[in-house]
Amino acid sequence: MTVDQNELDSAAVQPEAPEAETLGDNATHAEDASSDSPISDQVAEPAVVNASAVAKTSIVPADRGSSGEDPPAFVVELPEFSGPLDLLLSLIRDEQVDIYDIPIARIAKQFLERIHSMKLDTAAEYLELAARLVRIKAQLLLPRPEGLEGWEDPRAELVRRLLEYQQVKEVVDVLERLSDERRNRFSRTYVQPRREVEDVEQEDVPLVMSLRELFAAVDRVLKQAKKPLIHDVVPRSLDVDGAITAIRAILTLRANARWGDVVESDAEPWQILSVLLALLELAKRGELKIVQSQPFASVEFSGDTVSEAA
Amino acid sequence: MTPLAKLLEAALFASARPISTDDLIGLDSDASPAGVAAALEEIREHYDTDGHGVELVQVGDGWQILTRPEYTEAIERAQLASRPQRLSGAALETLAIIAYRQPIGRSEVEEIRGVGAGSILKSLQERGLIDVVGRGEGLGRPLLYGTTSLFLEHFALRHLDELPRADELAVALRQAPQSL
Repeated sequence: MTVDQNELDSAAVQPEAPEAETLGDNATHAEDASSDSPISDQVAEPAVVNASAVAKTSIVPADRGSSGEDPPAFVVELPEFSGPLDLLLSLIRDEQVDIYDIPIARIAKQFLERIHSMKLDTAAEYLELAARLVRIKAQLLLPRPEGLEGWEDPRAELVRRLLEYQQVKEVVDVLERLSDERRNRFSRTYVQPRREVEDVEQEDVPLVMSLRELFAAVDRVLKQAKKPLIHDVVPRSLDVDGAITAIRAILTLRANARWGDVVESDAEPWQILSVLLALLELAKRGELKIVQSQPFASVEFSGDTVSEAA
Repeated sequence: MTPLAKLLEAALFASARPISTDDLIGLDSDASPAGVAAALEEIREHYDTDGHGVELVQVGDGWQILTRPEYTEAIERAQLASRPQRLSGAALETLAIIAYRQPIGRSEVEEIRGVGAGSILKSLQERGLIDVVGRGEGLGRPLLYGTTSLFLEHFALRHLDELPRADELAVALRQAPQSL
């Protein structure tokens, strides 16, 4: 496959792609050329062939004519996407682009529009993928040295995940068909009557239990257990003003004081907090200075006008 | 039909669930595995050639008598039986991942699907289609899930090998570029 042909492909697929996009795309074309991509013999409508090869499971693409037209005003058919990857795959299918050469900017834009129109933009998973797309686009825009060997297409990880997900969708189709076949056949619906509890005890069968059953049993036991006595906690508002008054009173008597001087040893948490907030408040107002001579030493504070402790 | 075939037919008729081959062999102390296999074949052929409304189907590692699909509509219309609910797309995706990757933890399922899987795993487990089969080595020793025999029954599979192999899936046939 020649590079020319690749450019032909991408031109057909994305006529309005911005300049920057082509810059990003060229690098992957070289990689494409090394693989036996089936597009090589399909010059006429490569994009269509690609899309259907990738999206074998898809509903027949609606008559969208040639690709690359303006994104249509959204016919919101809400086909119940089962996740952001599902939505992204369906966009790639609808837009008929090569999954190995995703025009990130265009797909990201469509993706965002789609989640807005579907009111999914509050769903974290969709937003996460949207952010990922934008990041990939940013990485593609970064300049890189010519012929750098170690460079990996930032889209590679996304492509890997999409292909993996596409495989899952294929298996889902198989499972769906199998399950429909089975659903169309009835079996006998005799339900065995529950055995009496005594029976089980007499038989002395070993206890077989799944982890889930064990959890459920623990839940049942816990529900019956006596509720722990919970006493009401009376919310006490802090008394910062009172603490400020107290600290001021102490500082009028002595030049400096320690934490222990203003907090009694049996102080309750709300009192300690009040003093702490009062100290910070006074320090902010410039009425006192808080000093700690070395780490873990006790904190001293002094009236700022005196400033002896400094 | 041979006496053994009649015995097996009666047992299969009486049971609501598939009966494993071992249990069928256990029904008659004189029966050999080959004899039971021949008898099952005899029943199947009897149903097929004489034109019965039911047929003998192998599901999981067992056997079950099921009605033929062409009568489903009529039976359901008369409300004699109803088809089970279909699984949602999300549930099927989760099952597909577990079927191929088991034992598998929740985070791996979520990574492949790109969405949270907690509630789906729970409901699949409640329906008995998957179960916890162990704990992973990773952080927090996560629960690992696998499919159950009910899973095989639900999809009328004899064993998991009947699902297409990974390399038989269309996508896998596409040669990925070397860099991927």
